[in-house]
Amino acid sequence: MKLADIATLIRSKNAGPFFLTFDIMFTDKEHYRLVKASRSLNAHMFAALYACPVQTVRFFECDNAFAFKFSIPRPLPQGELGDGDLHGGQQFSPLMNVEITLPEGESILQRC
Amino acid sequence: MVELRQCYERQKGNSTMDEIRYIAGTLVGAGVDIGSLDEALKENPHFIACDAGTTDAGPFSLGSGQPAFAREAVKRDIAAFLDAGHRAGIPVLIGSAGTAGEDGQVDWTLDIVNEIVREMGIKLRVAVIYAEQDKDALVEVFRQGRLKPLDAAPHVDEDTIKGSAHIVGMMGAEPLQKALAEGVDFILAGRCSDSALYAALPILHGFPEGLAWHAGKVVECGTLACETAGKGIMFVHLRQDHFLVKPFGQGLRCTPQSVAAHSLYENVDPFHFTENSGIVDITEATYEAVDPITVRVANSHFQPVDPYTVKLEGAELLGYQSVIIGGIRDPFLLRQLDRWLAHVRMYIEETIARVLGDQAAKEDDYHLMFHVYGRDGVMGSLEPNRAAVPKEVGIVLEVTATTQQLATTIAKLSRQPLLHYPIAEWHGATTTFACLYNPAYIERGAVYRFNLHHVIIPHSPLELFRTKYIRIG
Repeated sequence: MKLADIATLIRSKNAGPFFLTFDIMFTDKEHYRLVKASRSLNAHMFAALYACPVQTVRFFECDNAFAFKFSIPRPLPQGELGDGDLHGGQQFSPLMNVEITLPEGESILQRC
Repeated sequence: MVELRQCYERQKGNSTMDEIRYIAGTLVGAGVDIGSLDEALKENPHFIACDAGTTDAGPFSLGSGQPAFAREAVKRDIAAFLDAGHRAGIPVLIGSAGTAGEDGQVDWTLDIVNEIVREMGIKLRVAVIYAEQDKDALVEVFRQGRLKPLDAAPHVDEDTIKGSAHIVGMMGAEPLQKALAEGVDFILAGRCSDSALYAALPILHGFPEGLAWHAGKVVECGTLACETAGKGIMFVHLRQDHFLVKPFGQGLRCTPQSVAAHSLYENVDPFHFTENSGIVDITEATYEAVDPITVRVANSHFQPVDPYTVKLEGAELLGYQSVIIGGIRDPFLLRQLDRWLAHVRMYIEETIARVLGDQAAKEDDYHLMFHVYGRDGVMGSLEPNRAAVPKEVGIVLEVTATTQQLATTIAKLSRQPLLHYPIAEWHGATTTFACLYNPAYIERGAVYRFNLHHVIIPHSPLELFRTKYIRIG
């Protein structure tokens, strides 16, 4: 199952002019819990997906918000020559296809 | 701090409070909902605050001094806040005036305030707090080793500081508290921590800093902390051991998840926020629904940090740009696009050298760039699927040069190579690039870059900020 089939929001945004941040959100605790239990989201997987050094990737599991978060330094600061996304809002799409492998015996409803 | 508090208490009488209440607007210039504001006033807030700026608009506003919001929109919102504050007899705080909060933008906003006060026929005691930093003084700070890089900071030396168009310091709660202690009706602040606008008065009254800062953090983007953002304003009841946050506005509601999730928005770390005076730690914070639209938050902590730091933002001129926008649809060309673009670039550079000679001979005289939409125009080096051959691409040829005239001259010299650089598959004259516009080039004017991601260690929280007290009306 792909992340986009179960997350209610996958987004990216500047976190100040020098960082990008990615949020993956769920409306209910159960979906969040299952994705967390799958361990499919982690700094190594993100570093491979975005071809950036793993030590620059920060990964957070936010239990209260039913959300995951990644943050990385921007490849280029906001507005620098060559930066093609001033607000950082269109950097998330590779995350949509991340395969979520549920723990044995668990199942999940895809969102409509 | 203790002195400030005593001064404030002398002026206001006994300041022991069980609860402090306030209204948080979303963003000055974004269009405050006056109906919601009026409703919220019925709950007897102690102050109203709203920020008027952001770096999210990019470096242009700080570099050029031009506000990103329309004057009319800013006037309408400030008038609404001043009117509400006047009717309720409570102070109004506006921070990061004019988008970047540099001095010219603070004065631009002050001019609007003068106009509003004249039209309303009221009297206003105002504190104007400037946040722009003197470059010579900053060079001194740099030499003394009091300028420190944050993560991912660009290289900085004395020339960076001297070459900046504008540098602002982000004020914390203290300059606001000093002005509040003077008993002003209105604070107009330059670059300012958004949360500080909301935390200043509660901390002055002795409310716990963790809760005061966290509440400010929740409401600093207005109704974005709601389940679905919309037209309205936010309201906080801050108490000694928790705070309540709720929206005013049709159909808006805060839920434990929406409030918790807002701490992710535009932040690197969703659990720790750095303010000038310390770190707000919400790792243990709890969120609980009080009613369908109100959330109770508790267990937010604050860790003071020594030394006190002030974050700097700076912008410098990169140059002047002209661009050509167009596209390519030829599959033979698209399958060798990188090679073709490299040849076009070489041809353009040879043309520039031949025609302009010394005018554009130095490495820094001009910079040529192709943005290729349909390939990696949006994601650049983060694009994982760059190798696919697209059906068509959009191309922006971007020339950045030391003058507008040079940028445009180079754009003109680039058009012919783009239009006619041949590929081996076709025998005979071809036209390789679909220009969108006539003339093909567009002059973009001056462009800026952010050149600082640093803090300085001031001698005091007030040192870097200049406050002017005035009476209007």
